[in-house]
Amino acid sequence: MKMVLLRTAPFPIGLCLLALLFTGIARAAPDFPQLTGRVVDNANLLSPSIEQQLAGQLKQHEQDTGNQVVVVTITSLQGYAIDDYGYQLGRHWGIGQADRNNGALLIVAADDREVRIEVGYGLEGTLTDARSHDIIQQVILPQFRNNRYEDGIVRGTEAILGTLQGTYEPPEKTTPDISGLFYSLVIILISAGEFVAARFGSRMISAGVLGAITVLVGWQVLGSLKIGLLLGFFVVIFHFFIGGGGGPTGSHGKRYYRRGSSSGFGSGGFSSGGGSFGGGGGSFGGGGASGRW
Amino acid sequence: MQRIAQYPTFLLLATLALSAMFLNGCGINNIPTYDEAVKADWSQVLNQYQRRAELVPNLVATVKGYAAHEKEVLIEVTEARARVGQMNLPDNILSNPEAFRQFQANQDALSSALSRLLVVVERYPDLKANQNFLQLQSQLEGTENRISVARRDYINAVKRYNTELRTIPGRWWKRFMYPESELRETFTVAEELQLAPKVEF
Repeated sequence: MKMVLLRTAPFPIGLCLLALLFTGIARAAPDFPQLTGRVVDNANLLSPSIEQQLAGQLKQHEQDTGNQVVVVTITSLQGYAIDDYGYQLGRHWGIGQADRNNGALLIVAADDREVRIEVGYGLEGTLTDARSHDIIQQVILPQFRNNRYEDGIVRGTEAILGTLQGTYEPPEKTTPDISGLFYSLVIILISAGEFVAARFGSRMISAGVLGAITVLVGWQVLGSLKIGLLLGFFVVIFHFFIGGGGGPTGSHGKRYYRRGSSSGFGSGGFSSGGGSFGGGGGSFGGGGASGRW
Repeated sequence: MQRIAQYPTFLLLATLALSAMFLNGCGINNIPTYDEAVKADWSQVLNQYQRRAELVPNLVATVKGYAAHEKEVLIEVTEARARVGQMNLPDNILSNPEAFRQFQANQDALSSALSRLLVVVERYPDLKANQNFLQLQSQLEGTENRISVARRDYINAVKRYNTELRTIPGRWWKRFMYPESELRETFTVAEELQLAPKVEF
């Protein structure tokens, strides 16, 4: 038994160490503009007062409905097609809430003379392709063709917000982080094991209980029975041999368990970032429409 | 030994937590995680193709009303649509090159038939002014765009998964933990790079 453990245990750990050596991350990211606010006017099509007014409207809309809508003007698409650029920009910024994907972008590429409404997954049912197409063709482009970019953007944004009005859904209750659950379960198990050990003076029983449950938890959480078994082995051996013969260690254990738990494995919450604006992690799948002028 | 013996719970906890995080951190879960991502992206691809297939009958009916004598292209679209609809996708399509190629060929045939239809339509100003047609056209455009996004996501997911299976350390994990995992088929990239025919006015 001990020999088997000694032989198999180092394998995944050793593999793990080796694996870390080979893990390298290299990813090239396209060159996207900074998300400086709800209106990103890199092509300078908007006057400061209009920009502020738009940002106010967009903010109000987010407060009313939870939808994140961003207006962005850029000079160049850097050789991308606008529908290719649009969804990638939306994902890059993460516009919309992560669980509802309720973001939308109005993108104006000044030098390419192209405009696009990019719609996040969650809004595709309301701001449909056909509706986006209508907004672009009937509201935005007539203005743009007369070089009235500001009017086109303002009216287009109003049309988008008007379409999205009434899509409010109450925010869902956040589900607890699974890892928090895992660790609290482990803590409960261990204290239960200690309790049993102290009560009956038998490390055999407590080790058995603890081992079985560790296997189960390891299996479920790490998705692998083998690893669960391995962890179970570790835990049992640890508990059984190092814990000694069921003496008064139980109470010691409890003390340390408390200290351990107070240090906490709390899951980090989202920081909404106070007054500044950031995407909520929403995703895009290519919904929307494009147009040229 | 005696000192350690006084803190069994703490050490236990630490070992457990560390092993869990440690093993997670070096990619033991990568293969199943990436595989799930591949499957999710694949169902998104199927979704979008399905959505397109549902648009076609309406589109054909609308075009027929204005351009009934463009029989050739209308029949072509209808037949391609029928072939797509009749396809039987085997469960293992993602690891079956023949079935995957067949799927791609059928969908591509429908794509090219549809783009030909839209070129033909340019000759019918009445049709192009029809609200119903404009709606369908914008939906079709949106759907084609979603298809290309879904395909690209799928290609990336497969690339990540296949790379994990074929490179160290993923290869080792595969041998030790997931011997049954196999490489996934992907769309040929050449088609992704081709530009859609642009109609200039």
